Amino acid sequence: MADMISASDQPLLVAEGLGKSYGRLAACRDVSFVLYPGEVLAIVGESGSGKSTLLQMLSAQLAPSGGRVSYRMRDGVLRDLAELGEAERRFLFRTDWGYVHQDPAQGLRMAVSAGANVGERLMAVGWNNYGRIRQTASSWLQRVEIDVARIDDAPRTYSGGMRQRLQIARNLVTEPRLVFMDEPTGGLDVSVQARLLDLMRSLVNELGLAAIVVTHDLAVARLLSHRVMVMKEGRVIETGLTDQVLDDPREPYTQLLVSSILPP
Amino acid sequence: MTVMLDIENARKTFTMHLQGGISLPVVQGVSFQVKAGECVVLAGPSGAGKSSILKMIFGNYRCDGGRIDVRHEGEMMNLAGAEPRQVLNARRQTIGYVSQFLRAVPRVAALDVVAEPLLAAGIARDEARARAAALLSRLNIPERLWSLPPSTFSGGEQQRVNIARGFISDLPILLLDEPTASLDAANRAVVVDLIAAKKRAGVAMIAIVHDDEIRAQIADRTVDVKTFAVAA
Repeated sequence: MADMISASDQPLLVAEGLGKSYGRLAACRDVSFVLYPGEVLAIVGESGSGKSTLLQMLSAQLAPSGGRVSYRMRDGVLRDLAELGEAERRFLFRTDWGYVHQDPAQGLRMAVSAGANVGERLMAVGWNNYGRIRQTASSWLQRVEIDVARIDDAPRTYSGGMRQRLQIARNLVTEPRLVFMDEPTGGLDVSVQARLLDLMRSLVNELGLAAIVVTHDLAVARLLSHRVMVMKEGRVIETGLTDQVLDDPREPYTQLLVSSILPP
Repeated sequence: MTVMLDIENARKTFTMHLQGGISLPVVQGVSFQVKAGECVVLAGPSGAGKSSILKMIFGNYRCDGGRIDVRHEGEMMNLAGAEPRQVLNARRQTIGYVSQFLRAVPRVAALDVVAEPLLAAGIARDEARARAAALLSRLNIPERLWSLPPSTFSGGEQQRVNIARGFISDLPILLLDEPTASLDAANRAVVVDLIAAKKRAGVAMIAIVHDDEIRAQIADRTVDVKTFAVAA
């Protein structure tokens, strides 16, 4: 097996000893893991467990107090995020990465049209043919189940579920290799959540995306992720295959989380 | 015949932290082999740990000791303590699991639920769907239901969708947890036929069945799980 080195045997992102302190308060301590292409990792834990801090460090939005994050660039070289220049980091954000915020208003431009929201990412990577941009934007709206007739409407006229689907289209249009998601279904009605989860699940599968999903909802982790990391008080206390951690939780806190799920 | 699965001295204990940390031993000293084209039935009363053994082999439950070797891409690989991606790889290419209940994804049509393992194995959508349709009709799921999510189906229909999803792939090892539990006689016979076809194709199977008649029809060998009980 060891002789079968394929692209997916090379890690996409490596976190080593990551930590973040605010004065005496350690928000996140000594987190290490490796993410491979096409892998979906869920980070679960309750509010204040450090999962959002971790996500911000992984996506180079927050400088760690200790440790580092390395990312394999499209040229195959693993680079320390802290050593990237501002232009390189912006390039990652525009092309190779997606970031789905819990609140779509943070990830979208609410006053410009849906088509422009999607098209803007394409223009940022050098597309300049208006017809092609519009065509690609329409096809992405269809993929995320938004009526193409709404392409010229601004997302502030959309429902919460539609806004979140538009945010996903905006993120995926440049075919990123890694998508960060922060509570992507938080604040949505249950029926809207199910539709969104199903959509994300099929897009992630079809596109072979790697994703890091922060959620406090274990059902979201079960549906979307291959692996899960359970966080408590800034530390990773348990990690493994998602179904293994959820069906055979080992740590007291994980057992408590799992036993707190209401039966469907 | 080739040994496909070789379990030696596998052990499992649950520690229930919410119940004062009591330790619940499930099985110990689990040792048996399964060869290609063979169906081994796990026997023993409820609570003896039959399903737990299947879950340990599938990597769904962690194994606390011993080895669970499976023939994966031509070589034996120990799944006990394997990395998550090795387990996922084994599930994609080597081991399938037909659970008692379907864990349906909301909104996904029955046809796509069944076709999914083939898509994951890289088979084209049209072919995957055609094979899914053939299997669903063989299991007497009416065509008008194929486009609906199975969460709305009856228990027996859901189980048949689950069986179709489990049997559609060409994986060399299959774990069957009561595949005929809530089926009528006609559908039980279909499942027995499907198992026979898998044997002819060289698939190694480990099954739990409570129905004596079905067991007699599918078992090449029985492993008594009571011998793996933990002495009190």
